[in-house]
Amino acid sequence: MNVLLLLPILIPLLTAIITLLFHRQSRVQQIAGVGGAAALFGAASALLVAVLRDGIQAGQFGNWPAPFGITFVADLLSAIMVVLAGLIGLTVTIYSVATINVRRTMFGYYPLVHILLMGVCGAFLTGDIFNLYVWFEVLLIASFVLMALGGERGQLEGAIKYVTINLFSSALFLVAVGILYAEAGTLNMADLARRLPTLPQQGLVTTLGVLFLVAFGIKAAFFPLFFWLPASYHTPPAAISALFAGLLTKVGVYSLIRTFTLLFVQDVAYTHTLILIAAGLTMVVGVLGALVQTNLRRALSFLIVSHIGFAVMGLGIFTPFALAGAVFYIVEDMIVLTALFMVSGVIQQLGGSHDLRELGGLYKRAPGLAILFLLPALSLSGIPPLSGFFAKLALLRAGLESGQYAIVATALAVSLLTLLTIMRIWSEVFWKPAPRHAKARGAISAIDHGHREALLGRMPIAALAALTVILGLAAGPVFDLATAAAGQLTQPDGYIQVVFGGRP
Amino acid sequence: MTVVLAFVIGGLFAVGLYLMLRRNFAKLILGLAVLTNAVNLLIFTVGGLTRARPPLVPAGETAPPGIVADPLPQALILTAIVIGFGVLAFAMVLAYRTYQAVASDDLDDMKSTDELPREETHELTETYDEARQSEPTMAEPVIETQQAPA
Repeated sequence: MNVLLLLPILIPLLTAIITLLFHRQSRVQQIAGVGGAAALFGAASALLVAVLRDGIQAGQFGNWPAPFGITFVADLLSAIMVVLAGLIGLTVTIYSVATINVRRTMFGYYPLVHILLMGVCGAFLTGDIFNLYVWFEVLLIASFVLMALGGERGQLEGAIKYVTINLFSSALFLVAVGILYAEAGTLNMADLARRLPTLPQQGLVTTLGVLFLVAFGIKAAFFPLFFWLPASYHTPPAAISALFAGLLTKVGVYSLIRTFTLLFVQDVAYTHTLILIAAGLTMVVGVLGALVQTNLRRALSFLIVSHIGFAVMGLGIFTPFALAGAVFYIVEDMIVLTALFMVSGVIQQLGGSHDLRELGGLYKRAPGLAILFLLPALSLSGIPPLSGFFAKLALLRAGLESGQYAIVATALAVSLLTLLTIMRIWSEVFWKPAPRHAKARGAISAIDHGHREALLGRMPIAALAALTVILGLAAGPVFDLATAAAGQLTQPDGYIQVVFGGRP
Repeated sequence: MTVVLAFVIGGLFAVGLYLMLRRNFAKLILGLAVLTNAVNLLIFTVGGLTRARPPLVPAGETAPPGIVADPLPQALILTAIVIGFGVLAFAMVLAYRTYQAVASDDLDDMKSTDELPREETHELTETYDEARQSEPTMAEPVIETQQAPA
């Protein structure tokens, strides 16, 4: 068993245990929390390097041979996603040190974050579809508690919607897994990929595919299934929203990409067209929702939904080039949205509100913050030379090459509307003069807030903003990596062989 | 037997979904519980019903004799039951806390996170003012500040 495959799960588990043991000492928790996330990021990077050097890695739990034991597989897509989970975990925990209050820390904030990270990494690495369900539940339970932690009214109301709809989606997922096992007699994804094309009832396989599409679609929050997200994501503190925005919906997108490149590729004309239509509608509805919001974080929540559409669009077009674009897009999206939600937290600290009408004039007080907001925001709408531009360019070119003109036109229009939305937010928050009746408490809190904490809160945002610039300037190598990942996805034989190839 | 169970599962799904669509919080949780169990029963049924043939290997043999029940769906259900139990326990606590915070068990009273805030104009008519007062307003966001340790 390759130990590198296990570390991204063991490190968060160990960190959660340590932070739980010191639940009364918030300083120890903060140090252990950040240290654990840094270790996770390091281990994940080592895994990515190993996958790049030696190809796909696989391991069997308990050393039972492949279809019987629980398989863990890291191909390039999984490894990239785990690295990003580590990166977002690290930046969010650093940001949390500056922004999460002692009360939330005492009630288990850091253990929950690390259990969430464990669930996310497990979902990225598992090669067994029932195990994927279990990891989903691990991360969901942690996210439920994080969502409600603090017990403010808005949080609890948001949590109800979030919990209910996610439990319903888990039930659908479980139904699909049960029927899949009844039909194919296996739950190992590589084994399923071999057996599904040989089944007599191909119609049932497609039906199962659509069941998975709905279950993962709820988690990824795309078109008709996204309403829980803008109802809940803006309610918890900014650090928690940032973590959710970066990681959770992307686990849904990852699962969609995994199942719809490996398992359900029998009826591409039907399933992937369905995905493409949903992607287009997701983009449009999300960005229109963002345009009318007056609450900063609700607007950002709608932008998450809108940009899920772009990542799923790559899957819908389903060419190697489009998948590479989708992988690049997910990477960019995770970084950018985490940064934007962190900025929204700082804006609230400075301006004392989330309401765009009550904010204003922050450019005078925090010109650096204005830039930190603008960089990821422009990347989101696809302005060169930021990373979002290259991801969008790849997706659009892939769309044109495969003749999907409608989705290309939609994507372009939505990019423009995204630009409009974020420029509106930017000018409302930073540029327009501060409204006269603005509450004075914002100014007070800024003074209360120590210089060191303020710096600590901005550092991870600056790092992520710098990363969007770097990913944009070094788009070539990053895109090569995404292309290699997409190559593995479209040629699943390598994946299957490694899983059945005995011990690595 | 499979046909009977199919109808039972269908009925449970219907009951669960109906309960989840009610406005009462307690019914929502009961609906979730019924739905979870419907799914468990579904896995049990599609795994194939084999009566009184436990997958046991007799002493001295290497394989169980003849057709035996598949133990894997039952292992899956066991996992799902444990997860469902934990989630349901959390949902009940959440419901209780929300009931304390909102002072209502009607889901229609929990829409403050979904609504666009109204435009604050000064030419409000009286009836509009009254309408605003009777509605729940969203809690003021609390400013997070790090307190320096002693």
